[in-house]
Amino acid sequence: MSATVLTISSGKGGVGKTTTTANLAVALALNGQKVVCIDGDIGLRNLDVVMGLENRIVFDVVDVVEGRCRLRQAMIRDKRVSDLYLIPAAQTRDKSAISPSDMVRLCDDLRSEFDWVIIDCPAGIERGFRNALAPADVVVVVTNPEVSAVRDADRIIGLVDAEEKGPARLIINRLNPAMVKRGDMLTPDDVLELLAIELIGIVPEDENVIMSTNRGQPVVFDGKSRAGLAYQNIARRLRGEKVPFMDLEEKDGFFHRISRFFKSGGD
Amino acid sequence: MIQEKKLTVQIKGIRDGLLISLGEGEWTELQDTLIQHIQERASFFKGARVALDVGNHILRAIELGGLRDKLSDQGINLWAVLSNSPTTEQTAQVLGLATKIFTPRPERTNQAPTHHADGELSLLIQKTLRSGVRIVYEGSVVVIGDVNPGAEIIAGGSVIVWGKLRGVVHAGSDGNEKAAVYALDLNPMQLRIANYIAVPPLRKGKSTPEMAVITDGQVEAIQWETKVGGK
Repeated sequence: MSATVLTISSGKGGVGKTTTTANLAVALALNGQKVVCIDGDIGLRNLDVVMGLENRIVFDVVDVVEGRCRLRQAMIRDKRVSDLYLIPAAQTRDKSAISPSDMVRLCDDLRSEFDWVIIDCPAGIERGFRNALAPADVVVVVTNPEVSAVRDADRIIGLVDAEEKGPARLIINRLNPAMVKRGDMLTPDDVLELLAIELIGIVPEDENVIMSTNRGQPVVFDGKSRAGLAYQNIARRLRGEKVPFMDLEEKDGFFHRISRFFKSGGD
Repeated sequence: MIQEKKLTVQIKGIRDGLLISLGEGEWTELQDTLIQHIQERASFFKGARVALDVGNHILRAIELGGLRDKLSDQGINLWAVLSNSPTTEQTAQVLGLATKIFTPRPERTNQAPTHHADGELSLLIQKTLRSGVRIVYEGSVVVIGDVNPGAEIIAGGSVIVWGKLRGVVHAGSDGNEKAAVYALDLNPMQLRIANYIAVPPLRKGKSTPEMAVITDGQVEAIQWETKVGGK
């Protein structure tokens, strides 16, 4: 077995990187994949909270890198699903506690045992971003349909290309179909026209995401949530399946147009 | 041994930290020499801001990025790369590193040509310039691709964009009012020619190729027709 190292990044904070990481990890694990997540946000860890594993942290990624524990000891097993693990970030240190080559070594150690190593990248383009990017095989950029988020995504895509880790793939998170319909929100077409990379998912805005995040229960576990379904579809696309972009809301027909766009536009 | 190292790696203090000059030689070896040199004086280098003069080495992102990470492992912050090669400069710019420092560069025997007839020098960029990329060039710049918002081109000559121009462009940056900006879709965030600045109104929908020039002391966008463009 040789894992794919997937780095989830965005540039701008608050667009849903951590939520996306948690949900894709759970969705892949529900599909029978062996998954380990690494929280790259040293000093501002969140992934453990979103996954509901905060109270089980003993060792963290910095302990592993600095040799205070074995890799296995820092891996927290998620009991709700088989073969899902989390390596949490340290909360009392900062990004300079580990280096890009530490991350490459760490991921190489994990490769033989897993199908996916998913790294939750911190916001920004500094050390934390470079740590998360160094070991990546695949980079997914998360953005919101907002001008500032798209601008930062553009910068990240450029940096990913420069490190020869590209082309990155795109997730548009928190799309509000009603606002798009009113012309008050950027459409996926607007976003793609600027970023010009492959789209692997659109996640609609969904109150369930906030509720489930607060409960530490990723929304993918909720079979009825539209956002959860969107994450499941993204997980399948990451595994190479051809999954049509879903009609999220039949009534306004907007997503019909989107799916048509991708049929004609996507390779 | 020490003597030999001095030839390939020279270090001096400048106003903005340290300037490290690398000489000729095989890149991997040179890099190892540099890292070894730094490790021997780890406490001196820890936390230093470093500008790197790579001379004539032509470096791609993987090499320059690799070195930056190695330096970062040693607690050194690489902020600028000086080079005689436009390719290397471009790489550095893409990686978000400065390519100019205020201190004058050390004398070099083989300088890039500085005397040239107007319009002879140009830089061809065959990719989309994304947010955060800044291209500074003394001649004209030709981009085959888009210039996205947040990207900047500063050219001594004209700027030609075979794609959508939505970033910031400064043509004729050394005061040349004859410089022009051409684009298939001319929709920049801000456009400067010589000392004139224009903020074009936001436009939606289809557009035709246009050129921006200075006429009667104003930046004006005109349709780019064969007879205008051909002159």
